[in-house]
Amino acid sequence: MAAADTLATARPRANRTISWLVLAIAIALIVATPFLPNYHVRVLNSLLIYILLGIGLNIVIGYTGLLDLGFVAFYAVGAYSYGLLASPQLGLHMPFLLILLVAACLGAFTGILLGIPVLRLRGDYLAIVTLGFGEIIRIIINNLDWLTGGPQGIARLDKASILGIQIARPIDFFWLLLITVLIVGTVVWRLERSILGKAWAAIREDQDAARGIGINTTNAKLAAFATSATIGSIAGAIFAASQRFVSPESFTLQESVLIVLMIVVGGIGNIFGIVAGAAILILLPELLREFAEWRILFLGLLMISLIIARPAGIVPRSFGPEKLIRGLFGK
Amino acid sequence: MLGNLIQQTVNALTIGSIYALIALGYTMVYGVLRMINFAHGEMFMLGAYVAFLALSLLVGDVGVSGALALTAAFLVAIFLVGLIGVGIERVAYKPLRSSTRLAPMLSSLGVSLSLVTGVQILAGPQPVAFPSFFPVVRYQVMGGTITLMQIGILIAAFVLMFGLHVLVNRSRIGIIVRAVSESRPTAQLLGINVNGAISMVFFVGPLLGAAGGILYSSYYGIMSPSMGAVIGLKAFTAAILGGIGSIPGAMLGAFILAFIEVWGTALLPIVTNGVLGTEYRDVLAFAILILVLLVRPAGILGEAVSEESIVYKREF
Repeated sequence: MAAADTLATARPRANRTISWLVLAIAIALIVATPFLPNYHVRVLNSLLIYILLGIGLNIVIGYTGLLDLGFVAFYAVGAYSYGLLASPQLGLHMPFLLILLVAACLGAFTGILLGIPVLRLRGDYLAIVTLGFGEIIRIIINNLDWLTGGPQGIARLDKASILGIQIARPIDFFWLLLITVLIVGTVVWRLERSILGKAWAAIREDQDAARGIGINTTNAKLAAFATSATIGSIAGAIFAASQRFVSPESFTLQESVLIVLMIVVGGIGNIFGIVAGAAILILLPELLREFAEWRILFLGLLMISLIIARPAGIVPRSFGPEKLIRGLFGK
Repeated sequence: MLGNLIQQTVNALTIGSIYALIALGYTMVYGVLRMINFAHGEMFMLGAYVAFLALSLLVGDVGVSGALALTAAFLVAIFLVGLIGVGIERVAYKPLRSSTRLAPMLSSLGVSLSLVTGVQILAGPQPVAFPSFFPVVRYQVMGGTITLMQIGILIAAFVLMFGLHVLVNRSRIGIIVRAVSESRPTAQLLGINVNGAISMVFFVGPLLGAAGGILYSSYYGIMSPSMGAVIGLKAFTAAILGGIGSIPGAMLGAFILAFIEVWGTALLPIVTNGVLGTEYRDVLAFAILILVLLVRPAGILGEAVSEESIVYKREF
């Protein structure tokens, strides 16, 4: 009896400590960022973009249980939306927020476009078709020279500005990305707990049973693809605005694979896991930059050992945002 | 016109037989382990590099030359890559056998990345000229030109594929491998050495892939650390097209893909009046892949897999 009591009281306290620690580290990092050199801020920006991509892809992989290897196609759609609508390429110079909206809609549209034909497929076949879809988009971008500039890509993109405030320095993008990640992260986290999110979980656990209890699996899957693609497109548009250059090289199969890996290594279906996975796979190669190609070899070996050592990911599903909030506010 | 037709057919057969050799590795691993081995393309690349190394050692240090050295280098290389394949399975896939189906697939991506960078560090990232395994001899057949190399590649590929056919369908090892592929738990209950069968698959698959790599590099006269990725993807497409898990399917898919590619490259600009050029060859391949999967998800010769067996129930 006594032992059980201690366990019951000790656990929340430990949780609370961990939660405060996580929050304190996060705040300290964010506060310190403006004082970092530009190069470091750029690295953090790319980390945030990958976190955004991870959150998007996780809806399809982690929540709905469908393996998508062509996610980078949506990232490309967003990036090229900005590339075409805010550059001398077509002579259009639309404002950033409007492009973000267009990119989100285009992303949702391509997501549904991919979703409709693959609805009937499951497992490995779905993975292969999405892989093919991603490659098709990349090859088309690579060859549609008159529109996309082909392999050279589109350069001299406009500087982004929101309501008259120019966003050009890396630190500006840091704030923009941080706010986007927080908003998207919260929306997705709430979405997972909504009726739709429960339908996704049902599909992940047993599709036939889900259909049996009256869930419209077709709509739920399409919604998953559309939401995920929208987030991917938004990440792409911000990426293009921060690089002020787009080319097909950024949208290879390897990129898709890297995002899948981030999710799996970090902890599938868990937003904190994505942050941890992104930190390992994006920051580590950056820290080891002076070792040139050795770092990629190291990354490959690390990947294998991580998957073998922790198949459930570094941050398991049980430590989700709820636990953090419960730890902070004692609910 | 007829000459051109024959020429294109021979080209397609040559490429197709190389694709087939690699596609067999994908399909065998999938048939037995239900796993897509993304590192298989790297076996293709390793084959070329190990053969190159073996050849330069044989010619330089041992002093053997000519056809003997080439044959020896070929055999040594495919055998070594086969052993590497077995080693990789032990280290990177075996510990994951009881975990989700996604885990070994991602582990194979890690293996692929490590192998490509490993070779890049050892041999440099730039493409290297590869010695021709066949003397330059051309034959004129009804207006088309066929090189001795193409004939050699076709013969080598068909000998290997026939060897695989005999191994799988006529030998004791083949029975064991097929039993494990049918049902691993049942095979285990019957006292079959499951680990041995899986090792066998990871010996034969990379061996065939390596042979494909040597023939390919010899055909185009060049090799590079990253060549496994593109050709691997093509061969993988071929395996899916034919029906993954099916050995005749992999061969059929490879030849269909090769013919689509060769003919598509020739016909696409004519049919679309120059709007779509030869650069859309890969789009054509993937578009056909997607179409086939939508109409017949199991591929052309694949068995219709019951949906329960591929549901991602316990994956995550």
